[in-house]
Amino acid sequence: MSLNIAHLAVALAILSAFAPLLFARKTALLKFFSFMFLGLSGCAAVVAGAMALLADQVVTMVVPIGLPWLHCYQKLDPLAGLFLLIVGLVTAVVGCYGPAYVREYENGAQPLPVLTVFTGLFVAGMFLVMLAADAFSFMLAWELMSVASYFLVAYQHQNSENRNAAFIYLLMAQVGGLFILLGYGVLAAFGGAFSFDAMAAAPLSSGWASIAFILAFIGFGMKAGVVPLHVWLPQAHPVAPSHISALMSGVMLKVAVYGFIRFSYDLLGDIHWQWGVLVLFIGSVSAILGVLYALMQHDLKRLLAYHSVENIGIIYMGIGLSMIFSSFDLPLLAALGLVAALYHSLNHALFKSLLFLGAGAVLQNSHEHDLEKMGGLIRGMPITALCFLIGCISISALPPFNGFVSEWLTFQAALQGPAIDSGVISSLIPVAAAVLALTGALAAACFVKVFGVAFLGLPRSEAVSKARESSFGMVFAQGVLALCCLLFGVFPTWTVGAINVIPQHLLGVGLPAATEKGWVWLTPMAAETASYGAPMVLLGICLAWLIVWLWLHPRRRKTPVRVGDTWDCGFGPLNSRMQYTSSSFTQPIRRVFRPVWPIDEQIIAKDEKHPGGHYHLRVGDWAWNKIYLPIGRILLASAKRAAMIQGGNIRVYLAYSFFTLIFLLWVIV
Amino acid sequence: MNGWVIAIIQTALMAAGAPFLTGWVKWVKCKLQCRQGPPPWQPYRDLAKLFRKEVVISDKASVIFRISPYLIFSVTALAGSIVPLLAVGLPTSAIADVIVLVGFFALARFFLALAGMDIGTAFGGMGSSREVTISSLAEPAMLLAVFTLAMTVSSTNLATMIYRLLDFPFQLYPSFIFAGLGLLLVAVAECGRIPVDNPATHLELTMVHEAMILEYSGRHLALMEWAAMLKLMIYGVLIANLFVPWGVALEYTAYDFAVAMVTITAKLLVLGIVLAVSETSLAKMRLFRVPQFLGLAFILSLLGMLSHVILEVR
Repeated sequence: MSLNIAHLAVALAILSAFAPLLFARKTALLKFFSFMFLGLSGCAAVVAGAMALLADQVVTMVVPIGLPWLHCYQKLDPLAGLFLLIVGLVTAVVGCYGPAYVREYENGAQPLPVLTVFTGLFVAGMFLVMLAADAFSFMLAWELMSVASYFLVAYQHQNSENRNAAFIYLLMAQVGGLFILLGYGVLAAFGGAFSFDAMAAAPLSSGWASIAFILAFIGFGMKAGVVPLHVWLPQAHPVAPSHISALMSGVMLKVAVYGFIRFSYDLLGDIHWQWGVLVLFIGSVSAILGVLYALMQHDLKRLLAYHSVENIGIIYMGIGLSMIFSSFDLPLLAALGLVAALYHSLNHALFKSLLFLGAGAVLQNSHEHDLEKMGGLIRGMPITALCFLIGCISISALPPFNGFVSEWLTFQAALQGPAIDSGVISSLIPVAAAVLALTGALAAACFVKVFGVAFLGLPRSEAVSKARESSFGMVFAQGVLALCCLLFGVFPTWTVGAINVIPQHLLGVGLPAATEKGWVWLTPMAAETASYGAPMVLLGICLAWLIVWLWLHPRRRKTPVRVGDTWDCGFGPLNSRMQYTSSSFTQPIRRVFRPVWPIDEQIIAKDEKHPGGHYHLRVGDWAWNKIYLPIGRILLASAKRAAMIQGGNIRVYLAYSFFTLIFLLWVIV
Repeated sequence: MNGWVIAIIQTALMAAGAPFLTGWVKWVKCKLQCRQGPPPWQPYRDLAKLFRKEVVISDKASVIFRISPYLIFSVTALAGSIVPLLAVGLPTSAIADVIVLVGFFALARFFLALAGMDIGTAFGGMGSSREVTISSLAEPAMLLAVFTLAMTVSSTNLATMIYRLLDFPFQLYPSFIFAGLGLLLVAVAECGRIPVDNPATHLELTMVHEAMILEYSGRHLALMEWAAMLKLMIYGVLIANLFVPWGVALEYTAYDFAVAMVTITAKLLVLGIVLAVSETSLAKMRLFRVPQFLGLAFILSLLGMLSHVILEVR
């Protein structure tokens, strides 16, 4: 049943790609049908995912398509169900957001159908990845997802920046796909078949298992965007249309996380502690570097893209902890780490999509993506500002919103480190907790900057001061996600109770104690170890607020608030140029963590062009400067060497063919 | 039911006692500097005066500016309700553990920093920028310090931590000394005291907390100031009851409460004197020296944690 609904979701997504082509000339109909089908497809996926997760059922099916001896296996189990639910939720919301948002592309340089066709295919590809139960259909769905999203990134290809970003994205997606393929190749060689069941049963030696793991780690890591494989993210997300950025950043990265969990827990099984240490280390590095690089950005969508690196890092930290505990035979703690990682995947999908949709609303109404030119948007766009604020609080991991719960669970997992009887590892795990604490605090700093500079203060440009609230569909979509952020933060017990079946499938145990104290109290290990009553926190804040408000109420009557000018130290009126900007706000942090970024900073004294002097700041990325550029140079240089064999003379080429033929004959015979 | 009543009374006591602690530190400081000084209850008079006064708000202020004082005070009061002042085992302490406590402080600070940026003055932005820089370095140090204790007693719940610490044999734990020192340094930074920030200054180059609340007046300012005093109180109680847990009421009897009341008052007064002495003998440091100060706190907390893992885990 659940699998049939999931197939319905795929069919609806494909329908959303192609059905509107019937009305390719009528933009209104095109938008309506395309996004309606997309939204319905998302809803169907949510229903299918929730059924699989809540009913704890595993449904399999063999679809007789493909090669005669190579059928297409499909499976929907709770793990796939959770990720299907995540993808479906964001897709449904994007279905509400899209029609109003694509208005600005209607008269653009590109035809709108291109956008809708590839959006539908992209979503269908993501659904199919979750449902695939053999390497063959997995890779096909994976490539459908990658290639369709390439066309979405390249949608506005009149800008060379967009073409460049799309090329890098495609390149890294293909290299990553190759690694995944090799990983499956190792398993298929030992298992003798392409189906996941056969691969899971494959008798692997420890060395081959590690090789397969490393291949999968690199392959899925490239799509997920862990440091140093993250460089495509900050390039591709800012140039894609905002609802596509929401899908790519909020959801597509989760598909990579799904693939990684499926590969290492389900297919490989028997986890080694070295893998866990590697995942934990890379996760910590991604988390801290992601947030530090995000702090230095002033392009809103690029900043959010770096935050995806940070959050993927936090998810990987949870997975890494789970792997380490699992290999030391502590399944209960392993389940805790895995639940934390899965919960954070859900949360990140919610708040990151919310923030990208908010950034899209700002972009549409002010045509501004540079924080340095925003300001005071809360006056023109109050509802967008409220939703964006909720997103900021959630991603900064502040109670009582959802981001806090999953980081809290990750902390709880990290604090159980001493349970491991290996001195080095048990003393390294708390360091990971420290990194997580630093990450959370810096994320809060970053989102104070984002909200304070973009929505508060005085407008820094003419267009921004005229921005008005977006249309109903866009506001509604953001409102739904903001509400989800609150609900998943206030009722974590239900969520953890539902997610709990996944570690039961993968590790054999869940968290029996997590929900035993009722729906108010989340007690992951035991009530006296740690408890968090999220509904009580919300109630407490409201109660305290009410008491203070009631107490001050009579006074408020007596002395009404007087509105006056801002205090200007007696020097005359203030203007928007006197405010702290995005760059000045982060200047102290830039100074404290100076070696983390390649910084090009110049202060040009007064000259004729700049009577007040000129300040130039450019913050790069070490991964780009130190890893990718040298690799690119080496590749180009070797290509030039290899080009020497191209003489342009047909006889030389015939000779090459001849010698190759002889060589091959010699090899075969 | 009984527990909830005690918890509410305890929270009220915390809020009511906070201005006295701030006044006490100021009074001791004045005596040390051979000044007459205001009496320790002067903050109550200041708050009463501010609550009576008219509120003036800038025409550039948004709704964030107006809700922030209420939100910050409520969240800080809620943070106060989960810290065991007199008794352990109260129902409020199950709501939130020590990680959530740090989260509450972060939530209050988030809105404090936003309120600073709301009007669009250079002062507010400067204060917010400095505040988030300092706190993003202080927060991990604080978490590491409390994690050391949490690992020792294998619980992050404050009441359980204190309850189990009371049972520990009285001996030297190197990890506690490191963690305690780290937490002291963090408390100084988070509460905006010398040498990190100067609560008494209005000089633009040295301000952090005062710069953010510069635009506030009347009851809004009173709530902001009171929340800051409450924060100092919470840190004081946290340090006093975690590292010197004796005297906390385990049973809810009048005698136990009287003992708890006397001991916590004595502990806080002593802590106040320590703070006053350190503030008198130290000079305010440059802003860019603060990261080194907090780096020291971080290293101390990390040493505490490592010495716990290496020396004390059996």
